[in-house]
Amino acid sequence: MAKLTPPAGPQDHARGKEGAPVTLVEYGDFQCPHCGKAFPAVEDIVKKIGPGLRFIFRHFPLSESHAMAKPAAIAAEAAARQGKFWEMHHGIFQNQAILSAETLFAIAQHIGLDLEQFRNDIQDTALEDKVDADFESGVRSGVNGTPSFFINGQKYNGSYDEESLMASLTF
Amino acid sequence: MLSIGTPAPDFNLYSTPGQRYTLQDFQGKNLIMAFYPADWSPVCGDQMSLYNEMLQLFRKQNAAIVGVSVDSKWCHQAYTQARNLHFPLLADFEPKGAVAQAYEAYDDKEGQCHRALYVIDGNGIIRWNFLSPPAVNPGADGILDALEKIQAKKI
Repeated sequence: MAKLTPPAGPQDHARGKEGAPVTLVEYGDFQCPHCGKAFPAVEDIVKKIGPGLRFIFRHFPLSESHAMAKPAAIAAEAAARQGKFWEMHHGIFQNQAILSAETLFAIAQHIGLDLEQFRNDIQDTALEDKVDADFESGVRSGVNGTPSFFINGQKYNGSYDEESLMASLTF
Repeated sequence: MLSIGTPAPDFNLYSTPGQRYTLQDFQGKNLIMAFYPADWSPVCGDQMSLYNEMLQLFRKQNAAIVGVSVDSKWCHQAYTQARNLHFPLLADFEPKGAVAQAYEAYDDKEGQCHRALYVIDGNGIIRWNFLSPPAVNPGADGILDALEKIQAKKI
């Protein structure tokens, strides 16, 4: 049984309270069409379960298949430095069909980032290292494609549609 | 599957029309052999794409990887280009499946390789194996664990 390694911790981008009864971790690729499909389902679930759920997103960019996956992940990390990881995460998925460097800057502007700082941060190799570390943790946790979900640290092997995910989250 | 601790059978296979690989080519390195049913089928695609992203992680463990299926060298060449793969796919094409049979990773009924993984050390000894159901991408956590164990013993 594949286990989340390392477990959810302070290095993660999380929504919902620490100590919530259920923690859902997604390994995702911002350019992966399946992750794009899962995005509204996960958003619905986050809203419906509310405080009972903690949701964490980790990067798993398949760079050789999706050229914009890693730049998008780095952009999200850069936004996180300005406290806006989730705004960027949403913006990217909502504009997945037109992802480009220009799109990432347009989203950055739209969500109110300091663009000068954003421009500097995306060139900081520490952010790429963070994305790579997420990827490696995914591989070690048994991620074999995206999106991959973990519920309270255990790999979820079911379908990522809202109904199936919801059924596994509310027990 | 062949047992852990036994010598890996030799092979000499085309990857592309211009290139062949043998087991000796990987001497001194750890070698991951990923037998898979076919180019182009969706699960295999994901599996090979995943390994393609992991080459640096494998390199850190002094490891190279090859994929093996019964597809021809021309098919492998097209598939490699389409998926932007940066590691060799070997064509176990003639006699069909002979290497997979030697590695006990051949599915006689379907006439294709099982989805089977081997990790072979630098001396050509099998150190880890795994047989996955055909429709399941086995991921790579087992491979990394096996490589780390080999590397740890060396120091």
